[in-house]
Amino acid sequence: WPGVGSGKLTEDMQWCFSQVKGAIDDDVAEADIISTVEFNHSGELLATGDRGGRVVIFQQEVENKSVPEYRSEYNVYSTFQSHEPEFDYLKSLEIEEKINKIRWLPQKNASQFLLSTNDKTIKLWKISERDKRPEGYNLKEEDGRYINPGNVTSLRVPVFRPMDLMVEASPRRVFSNAHTYHINSISVNSDHETYLSADDLRVNLWNLEINDRSFNIVDIKPANMEDLTEIITAAEFHPHHCHTLVYSSSKGSIRLCDMRASALCDQHTKLFEEPEDPSNRSFFSEIISSISDVKFSHSGRYLMTRDYLTVKIWDLNMETRPIETYQVHEYLRNKMCSLYENDCLFDKFECCWNGNDSVVMTGSYNNFFRMFDRAQRRDATLEASREHNLPLQLLKPRRVCTGGGGGGGCSKRKKDEISVDSLDFNKKILHTAWHPNDNIIAVATINNLYIFQDKVSDPDSADDLSASDMMCTI
Amino acid sequence: MDVNTEAKRILAVSISKLYASRSQRGGLRLHRSLLLSLVMRSARDIYHSAYAQAAAEEAAAAMDREEDKEVEEEEDMEDVFESETDSEDKENMNPSRHSRKRRGNTSAAPDFLPSKRARLEPGEERHAVLLGAVVPLGAMGLGSCRVGESLNAFSINRVAMPAC
Repeated sequence: WPGVGSGKLTEDMQWCFSQVKGAIDDDVAEADIISTVEFNHSGELLATGDRGGRVVIFQQEVENKSVPEYRSEYNVYSTFQSHEPEFDYLKSLEIEEKINKIRWLPQKNASQFLLSTNDKTIKLWKISERDKRPEGYNLKEEDGRYINPGNVTSLRVPVFRPMDLMVEASPRRVFSNAHTYHINSISVNSDHETYLSADDLRVNLWNLEINDRSFNIVDIKPANMEDLTEIITAAEFHPHHCHTLVYSSSKGSIRLCDMRASALCDQHTKLFEEPEDPSNRSFFSEIISSISDVKFSHSGRYLMTRDYLTVKIWDLNMETRPIETYQVHEYLRNKMCSLYENDCLFDKFECCWNGNDSVVMTGSYNNFFRMFDRAQRRDATLEASREHNLPLQLLKPRRVCTGGGGGGGCSKRKKDEISVDSLDFNKKILHTAWHPNDNIIAVATINNLYIFQDKVSDPDSADDLSASDMMCTI
Repeated sequence: MDVNTEAKRILAVSISKLYASRSQRGGLRLHRSLLLSLVMRSARDIYHSAYAQAAAEEAAAAMDREEDKEVEEEEDMEDVFESETDSEDKENMNPSRHSRKRRGNTSAAPDFLPSKRARLEPGEERHAVLLGAVVPLGAMGLGSCRVGESLNAFSINRVAMPAC
């Protein structure tokens, strides 16, 4: 048991529903499909990007001290159109407005800054608050009309008066025309001055202040495109060492580069690669070994990679194999042919660390998401569903059963079990994010954003669902 | 389903995906095209080796049958010859007859048998086996990425034109 009022987490972390954002109806507009989710460095702000090119930022409300369980209510703070569809006349190609990634800059002043990118262009947005405005001009009315100077009989000094809070987003920089292929990653450097952007074959380095020049630091394009065997799938800067970056490949390897070694980092400093298990070889081995996401731990000591079936943790000091491998949905290994046919095998799942690097999380199908507690060697499967969204309702662990026989081997009595054949592959969770300092997670289904928090251990309010304040926000 | 049939099905599915991806919004995705081509290559290799093996086995079996038949025929003919001719006709009964047998073992296969080729020509094979036109792996999607190669040309030549 946790200590009374100590706030210590229970040994078995329990998650409860907090909020859900987005439309309820099942008919999903393509533009509303969430394509990226990211907390800022303090966790106070949560940004989402969608296929329609919009960014929606939620802000965490100040803790409601009278009701301690409601520490994490996020409300819409700002919405803006980040990218518009464009047309490349040279190639006769449409450039999608879908937001591929959002990355926050560390906060330096009253304004917030974030980078958002689509397939070809990165933009730096400034989000600022305005809660006062000048009033009392001599030559202008309050509505802006000019006063006839002949009618002015006295002078006064305009003063700032409070107004309703307005949150404005303005594009401060547009970084374009540097990528021939589709941008898959952006990453802000720990020096807070530079950032990288990566496409299928190249990684470029930018200065945040300079938008008409970028430096190419990795180029894996072969002289003859017919020799192409491998592409870059994700890239990230080390959280503390501004000279170190990693990029993952479609072949399942990760390369660590040190920018001090040379201007062009085509020669890697380290290569993280695990030999393939020959017994698992199939038609689809290449697809499922392609890494869809790579994330440094907050400590900078570890790397996490996500491929189709597993999450792997690598120690930066050991290149030969990962130190931990977690099976996300191994039961799909026998379904790969049909997953290939319905395109699910190409899904790119992301992964994330919790604040102290002890737990990792990633998404799956049927709106399930998985958590792996590294220290406790436990894992859990939870579901993001509107069926379980009573305020503070505890999430029950789910289980996928694979046994043969009638009912897919599932025990008919247990409603938390589901057979592999009943999984809904249209309900996929590709994007998840974990608050940097707290046990609050944001999980994106196709067009809804779920916010869950861990159950606050307080014996007085255990399982108390009688709170009347609504938590569901539609 | 046996590997052969699966390989064929995967090839067909892959080709249709490749063609579908050309009309996708945002243009051809290099990653997807690469993965598709890798799957197709595996399927094609498996299909080829399975087909070649089957063809080789069948040809070998047919060769054996033909050999036996020839041996029987020759034995009969030899009996006939021996009964009819004297040793003066030895020149007609010499190794050249036996060489007929040997010839059957090697390259010149009779018309009614499938050609016994251990390795099938890739181009030939594709046309013969796959449905519809097949784009050579190297030249499809992946090659089209050369189009927008030069970034300089990209930025200089791109002129915003009003949509007509």
